[in-house]
Amino acid sequence: MNYIPHTDADRAAMLAAIGVERVEDLFHDVPAACRFPTLELPEPVSEMEIMAELQAMSEENLDVGHYTSFLGAGAYHHYVPRVVDHLISRAEFFTAYTPYQPEISQGTLQSIFEYQSMICALTGMEVTNASHYDGATATAEAVIMALNSVKGKRNKVLVSPTLHPEYRAVVRTYTQGMGLEIAGDESATAGLPELAARLDGNTACLIVQSPNFWGQIEDLDGLAERVHQAGAMLVVVVADPISLGLLRPPGDYGADIVAGEGQALGNGLNYGGPYLGFFACREKDVRKMAGRLVGQTVDADGKRGFVLTLATREQHIRREKASSNICTNQALCALATSIHMAALGKSGLRRLAELCYHKAHYAAEQIARIDGYQVLGGKPFFHEFAVRCPAPVQAINDYMLEEWGLIGGYDLGQDYPEMENQMLLCVTEVVSQPEIDALVVALGEAVEEVGQ
Amino acid sequence: MKADFGIRCAGAEPLLYELSKPGRSAAILPALDVPEAELPPAAMLRDQDEVNLPEVSELDLARHYVRLSQLNWAVDIGFYPLGSCTMKYNPKVNEAASRLPGFAATHPYQDPHTVQGNLMLMYELQEMLKEIGGFAGVTLQPSAGAHGELTGVLIMRAFHCDRGETQRTKVIVPDSAHGTNPATTAMSGLEVVEVASDARGNVDLAALKALCDGTVCGLMLTNPNTLGLFDERVIEITEMIHGCGGLVYGDGANLNAIMGIAKPGEMGFDVMHFNLHKTFSTPHGGGGPGAGPVGVCDKLAPFLPGPIVALCSCEETGCGCGCDEGEEEEGVAYHLVMPEKSIGRVKAFYGNFGVLVRAYTYIRMLGAAGLRQASEMAVLNANYLKSRVAKILPISHDRTHMHEFVAKGIIPGAPDVRALDIAKRLIDYGFHPPTNYFPLIVPEALMIEPTETESKETLDAFADALQAIYDEALADPEILHQAPHSAPVRRLDEVRAARQPILRYRS
Repeated sequence: MNYIPHTDADRAAMLAAIGVERVEDLFHDVPAACRFPTLELPEPVSEMEIMAELQAMSEENLDVGHYTSFLGAGAYHHYVPRVVDHLISRAEFFTAYTPYQPEISQGTLQSIFEYQSMICALTGMEVTNASHYDGATATAEAVIMALNSVKGKRNKVLVSPTLHPEYRAVVRTYTQGMGLEIAGDESATAGLPELAARLDGNTACLIVQSPNFWGQIEDLDGLAERVHQAGAMLVVVVADPISLGLLRPPGDYGADIVAGEGQALGNGLNYGGPYLGFFACREKDVRKMAGRLVGQTVDADGKRGFVLTLATREQHIRREKASSNICTNQALCALATSIHMAALGKSGLRRLAELCYHKAHYAAEQIARIDGYQVLGGKPFFHEFAVRCPAPVQAINDYMLEEWGLIGGYDLGQDYPEMENQMLLCVTEVVSQPEIDALVVALGEAVEEVGQ
Repeated sequence: MKADFGIRCAGAEPLLYELSKPGRSAAILPALDVPEAELPPAAMLRDQDEVNLPEVSELDLARHYVRLSQLNWAVDIGFYPLGSCTMKYNPKVNEAASRLPGFAATHPYQDPHTVQGNLMLMYELQEMLKEIGGFAGVTLQPSAGAHGELTGVLIMRAFHCDRGETQRTKVIVPDSAHGTNPATTAMSGLEVVEVASDARGNVDLAALKALCDGTVCGLMLTNPNTLGLFDERVIEITEMIHGCGGLVYGDGANLNAIMGIAKPGEMGFDVMHFNLHKTFSTPHGGGGPGAGPVGVCDKLAPFLPGPIVALCSCEETGCGCGCDEGEEEEGVAYHLVMPEKSIGRVKAFYGNFGVLVRAYTYIRMLGAAGLRQASEMAVLNANYLKSRVAKILPISHDRTHMHEFVAKGIIPGAPDVRALDIAKRLIDYGFHPPTNYFPLIVPEALMIEPTETESKETLDAFADALQAIYDEALADPEILHQAPHSAPVRRLDEVRAARQPILRYRS
C-alpha cells in the first residue's frame, strides 16, 4: 500500500508524454554503481495488520491512563478537554503547510495571532513568537537572542542550577561553537543571590526557572534590577504555564525574555514530544527575536487579515545573518495550547492552577508525616516538591510499581549528586485524593520492604 | 473549476477576544477533593482577574475554530504543489496509530522497562532509517529539518575538534541551497563560503576545487538539489571534499526522489537529516510539528546527540535497571544510551515521538518496494507535469528532473506579469501556488513539486489552469495583478504589517 493513484494506462501515457520508455530511464543521472540498491526492510503489511501490531507494541508500555503517575519534571500530565483534539484534527489545520500564502491560510495565521495574544496575557510580556520546538530549545534561543541584544560583545551566561537539567544541556549543545562561558550551575545549592553576585560586565544574561526544577517558586523581586544594572538580560523559564494562572507572571518582575514549555496546555505526554516552546520578549527587542511571527494588517479592500511578518530576521531572507536557523514552529501544538487556554478562560485557568496547588500540598503534608520521609524546601511550591527518602529512589519506585501499580517520582540524584535519595513528586488535577492516600501508604510500606 | 471560499465564509471570523463575554467559560473541572492549603504570599500571586484570556462557551469555541479552519487551504482540500515541501497525502491510519493510549499516555521519565514498546518502535525506526539512507547510526531527537541541520553541522564540527583540527571552520554551501544551510552554519560558529552552480545546475566543480583546503569543515549539499536536479557528478564532489579532509552533509529535504533509488551513505554523504514530515507522510500541521532525525556514517556515530535507543543488556550499559530480565530475547532489552563523544542533547527528552509513530507506520506499510515505487511515481509525476508546463512557461534547465522542477513565471507577451501574479491567480483556479522566488538563482522562480500521491487528472487540471492563466495574462493582465479574487481575503499589505507591527490583540 503506498497511496499511489496511477493505473497502468496512466503510467504508459505519462511516460509517452515525457518521451521515455520506462520509469527507470528517469534515473540515468544517478551513478550506476549506486543505482537501485536493495533495501533490507520488513515486508510491507496491510493497515489492519500494522494496527494490530502497533496495538500490541503500545500495550508493552505501562501508560498513565492505567497507572497513576507522580512524574513531572518538565512533562506534565493534565487532563486535555476533548474539544482540543477534535478541533486540531480538522484536516484544514492538520494537512496545511506553513502559511506562506496568506490569502488561503487565514485560519492558521489568525489562530497563531490569538496564540500570541494569549501567551502575552499569560506571561505578562509584550510580544510572543509562533513557538519553538520545545522549552529547552526556546531557552537556548533566548541565550542567543540575549547575546545579540546586549550592548557590546559579551560571552558569559549565568544559569541557575535549578533550571531543568536537560534545558541546561541543550543551551550548552546549541552554543558549543560560540566560545561562551556558561556558569552558575556548578553547585546545586547556589541560590539566586549567589547567582546574581556573579553578574559582571561580560554577562549577557541570567537564566532562572520559576517554579524551578524542584517545584519551588523563586522570589524574583528585585532580580531584574540587578541584572539590568549589569547591562544583562533576565531570562525567566516556565515549565508548566498552568502555574501562571495563580502566580505573578515573569513580565511583572521585569523579565526581558520568558521562555518555556507549553505542553501542559493542550498537549498530551506523548513520551516527550511533540511539545512546543513558548517565547516572549519586550517590543523593543522584537527584531532580535527568532522564529515565526504573525502580525495583523489589511487586504487590498481594507479588510483585516493576518500575515507572517518581520521576516527579515529569518533564514530564508537573511541566510547566514539570520537570528536563528529555525524555519518552522510547532503550529499544531500551539493551536492545541490556544484552544485549551480559551476553553479554560480567565476563571478556569485560575481554578485549574488552584486544584494542582491544593492537591500537591495535601500530598506533601501527608508524606511529611511518614516516618523516614522529609519534604524539602521551605520555599513555597506549586505542584511539585522534593522528598528526602530513607532508601534509594529507584528501589522505592520499583516497589510501588510492583505492589501498588503506582509510577513514583523523579530521582533527583541522577542530576544532582548531592541530592541522592531525593524524589521529585508532581501532583496535578488528574490525581484523586484516594490515589494520593495510596501513594502515602505505599511510600510507608516501601521503607519497610526495601530497607533503610 | 474555481475554488470558492465565499459560500462557506460570508464574513471574516472575529477574534476570540471579540467573541468573549465576561463570566462565560468552557471549563468543566473536577471539584476539589482535598482540604484547601494556604496560598503563597500575596506578592507572589497574580490578581484573580488579571489573566486576560477570552471567555467563551464550548460552542463558541467549536464554531470559531471550525470557521477558522475553513479559511485554510490543505492537502485534504486540493493540490498543494509546494516545491521543496513534499506535500503528499497524510494517511489517516498514522493518526490512529499515534493516538493509541499505550503510546500517547506515556511519560518520558518512566523507567525503560515500563516503556519497552516505545523504545522498540524507536529502535526499529532508527534501523529502518539507517537502511534507507545507508548510514551506520541515527538519532531521532531533532524536531525539524533545520534542527537536524544544526545537529549535523555540530557533529561535523565536533569530529574535527576531537581530532585537534580546530582550523576547519569553513562550510561550503551551494548558491542553490535552502536558507537554513547558511543560517545553520553561522549558528554553529562556522563560516559560510558559497559555491556557484554551473550551467547544467550541478555544483561548479572547478569553483569547488578552488575552495578545497585544510580549513574545510564540510560541504552542505542537497541532492537532488533545489532545482530538482540530481548532481551528475555527486561521487566526484564527495571524493573531492573527503580528499581535503572535509565531511559531506546531505540536506535530506529532497529524499522523496531517491528512496530505494540511491542511498546517500553510498554516494559519500557522511551525515544527513531526514524530514519525516515530508518524505514519510506525517502531517505538516500548519508548520509543525515535524521530525528531523539525523543519520551518520560509522566514524561520526560516537558524536550523535543522545540519548538514542540501543538493544543491549543492562550489564553493557551499566544501568543496573534490570529491565532485561524476563525479556523474550533473554538478557537484552531496549535502553536509552548516550553516545560516547556525543555533542549533547539538542532538545529535551528523545524526539517528537508522536511523529515517529506515524513515520514508522508509513514505512512498515510500504516496505522496500513501496518506498521505491513512491519515489518513482514522484519523479514520474514531476517529469510528466514538467512536459506539460514546458509548453506554457520556460523551465530552468532542460534535463530530466527528479521529484520537482523550477519554471520561470515569465510571459513574453505580458511583461508586467510576475511569478507572484501567476501564483496568486492559481488560487482562483483551486490550486495552492508553487513555492515562488526560490531557489534564488532562478529569476521569477515557480518551484513545483507534485508528489507521488497526485493523479494524472489533477496534474492535467493544474496544467490546464496554467494555460488559462497564460491566456488571461495576454488578454487582460489586470486579472492576474488583482488575484486572488475568490479567497477569503485579497492580497494583504505585508509592508504595513512590518512597518507598524500589531503582534497581539489589544482591547
